[in-house]
Amino acid sequence: MKYLAEFRDGDIAQKLAADIRAITTRPWAIMEVCGGQTHSILRNGIDQLLPPEVELIHGPGCPVCVTPLDMIDKALAIAALPGVIFTSFGDMLRVPGSEKDLFRVKSEGGDVRIVYSPLDAVQIARENPAKQVVFFGIGFETTAPANAMAVHLAKREGLGNFSMLVSHVLVPPAIDAIMSAPGNRVQAFLAAGHVCSVMGFWQYPPLATRHAVPIVITGFEPLDVLEGIRRTVQCLETADYRVDNAYARVVTFDGNAPAQALLAEVFTVTDRAWRGIGVIPASGWRLSDAYADYDAEHRFDVGAIRTVESALCRAGEVLQGSIKPSQCEAFGTQCTPRTPLGATMVSSEGACAAYFNYGRFHTLERATVG
Amino acid sequence: MPSNVRPLADAPLSGTWSCPLPLRDYPTIVIGHGGGGQLGNELVEHLFKPAFSNDALDRMADSTVLALPPGRIAYSTDSFVVRPLEFPGGSIGALAVNGTVNDLAMSGARPLYLSAGFILEEGLPMAVLGRIVTDMAAAAREAGVRIVTGDTKVVERGHGDGCYINTSGLGVIADGIDIAPQRAEVGDVVLVSGTIGDHGMAIMSVREGLEFDTTIVSDCASLASLVADMLAVTPDIHVLRDPTRGGLASSLNEIAAASGVGIVIRESALPVLPQVASACEILGMDPVFVANEGKLLAIVPPQHAMDMLAAMRAHPRGANAAIIGEVTASHPGMLVARTAIGAQRVIAMQLGEQLPRIC
Ligand code: SF4
Repeated sequence: MKYLAEFRDGDIAQKLAADIRAITTRPWAIMEVCGGQTHSILRNGIDQLLPPEVELIHGPGCPVCVTPLDMIDKALAIAALPGVIFTSFGDMLRVPGSEKDLFRVKSEGGDVRIVYSPLDAVQIARENPAKQVVFFGIGFETTAPANAMAVHLAKREGLGNFSMLVSHVLVPPAIDAIMSAPGNRVQAFLAAGHVCSVMGFWQYPPLATRHAVPIVITGFEPLDVLEGIRRTVQCLETADYRVDNAYARVVTFDGNAPAQALLAEVFTVTDRAWRGIGVIPASGWRLSDAYADYDAEHRFDVGAIRTVESALCRAGEVLQGSIKPSQCEAFGTQCTPRTPLGATMVSSEGACAAYFNYGRFHTLERATVG
Repeated sequence: MPSNVRPLADAPLSGTWSCPLPLRDYPTIVIGHGGGGQLGNELVEHLFKPAFSNDALDRMADSTVLALPPGRIAYSTDSFVVRPLEFPGGSIGALAVNGTVNDLAMSGARPLYLSAGFILEEGLPMAVLGRIVTDMAAAAREAGVRIVTGDTKVVERGHGDGCYINTSGLGVIADGIDIAPQRAEVGDVVLVSGTIGDHGMAIMSVREGLEFDTTIVSDCASLASLVADMLAVTPDIHVLRDPTRGGLASSLNEIAAASGVGIVIRESALPVLPQVASACEILGMDPVFVANEGKLLAIVPPQHAMDMLAAMRAHPRGANAAIIGEVTASHPGMLVARTAIGAQRVIAMQLGEQLPRIC
């Protein structure tokens, strides 16, 4: 973390952008899968340095955004129960369910607490034996090891008052689904470095070959993203459909073996509905049978949930890259961070939020500062 | 004042405060401390009066009678509800004094007098209250203000966070000074007095039990004497603002809106301590939105910018001062950042508090 400035150097960024311009001969559509990359691109203005031929399409990789509405509604129902301490990462609190969000439940008396790690939730369970402590376990492969560890610890300690509402999603099946969708425009992927630091990238070569699509593993700092784009364009221009690791300081082919072993023990692959997109086969994790006792969906009766999604919200199309957030009619009018219709407007990694918070310079003249 | 009571104004700073008799009889606040009876009087006689002692307060009249020097009066009030009550670099007591002092200073006033209203929760340890009050006395001394009137109420256990403090303040603005958020003009230069985000991340690290490699210390401090030094460079400072809650970005957005101008800042020029930058990075927060309690933003005519910078850097509270941007005619009402890689982005107001992100 000490060397952050190195990956934000303006001169090197300009040089990388010039390299990209020099090698680009025709239009290319590249998807950054991860919401963290979407934010880095818009926050730093990386898109402004690219030649007009290179189009970045924002992908479905915001875990908060793709958590299905019925899961949010289940979370709201559980959090409102007496005797429950509901714990979650901060981003989830503002995500709209069918009727309200977790902030509302909290203001109405629900014991909702923001934690920074699922292990904090386990600690809360240890300290409150008379209460049921539930952790909202969402995210991609990145957050999964810590969630798995929390359940693993709770079971080892026999903590009967801890459970997890699990809605994990996986990146490779999403890439597969996007490439298989009719009308797909994506020609290459920037794969998320954080995900690959856990999982490695052994899952990607078959995808790259099957769909004839280059996949470049990319970090999150401005220079990481620019270098990822440079390598992607290089692959596209030379019709070289392979997996390239542009984030070798963090990512290896095999990934983190102990983490993967823990994940395999605690979780089982399952079909998963993605909010706005629909069910993608084998695209998520649920708790494995050995850990079924720790599944909050089993522990609490939340079966009778009826969900109502906003009719205006086009987050599904945003998440699949078929429209830009600003092309949604509700963007900035009926839908703002204050009155969000979809999760993509509230999550810190959501594409609609990124456009709303950083993107409005598109309407400005270029400001001048030395 | 009874001769056997040591004036707390001369006592060492927080951490070493010890409870004077007869407060020691009750090691915690009880409901009776808020009533008009003996316990309440003891709190005043043995804690507040010795700590804050001055002629106006010591008269203990129903209202304090003050003589004000000539000039316009600046008047401000603020309530303080921070958790935890004590944190690296300060306490709610220091905040309550510096917060109101700084609000007065931001209109170019010389802060003179404060009131202090306490809402205490039953069960608050007397030692904690003692340290808070000692911190207030020390902060008032440093800022050159006197606490001249006050009030105490006690609420039942479970109905407060230990201690809330409201302070109001009076100051006097000398002739020729007209500092207001509406006065930013195209061509003006934007300065900040030091590193941003220190207070917010210090509170966050202790409140949430986050362990970072180095302790992050709040910047809680009075800015009154820094402002006095700045006014000596020129009384024609256009805008001053202490970017507390909502951080630097919210303050600059408010100024841009109030003045109907655009503001452009260079991200690479923003002073941010490495430990604060790292903590923000880990939590997915942006230091431009994180609270400060001892920093100011100044918007000054360009011809005074370099002298102003030099004067700020010569003051201990402005050692890391920097020129961070300028006021423009383009994009009125908006704050735009030139990013480190040479692109630009809008920095919009946030809806509420920043929430730490998931991964
Ligand atoms: S702008 Fe709002 S309504 Fe439109 S897609 Fe995004 S979240 Fe949904």
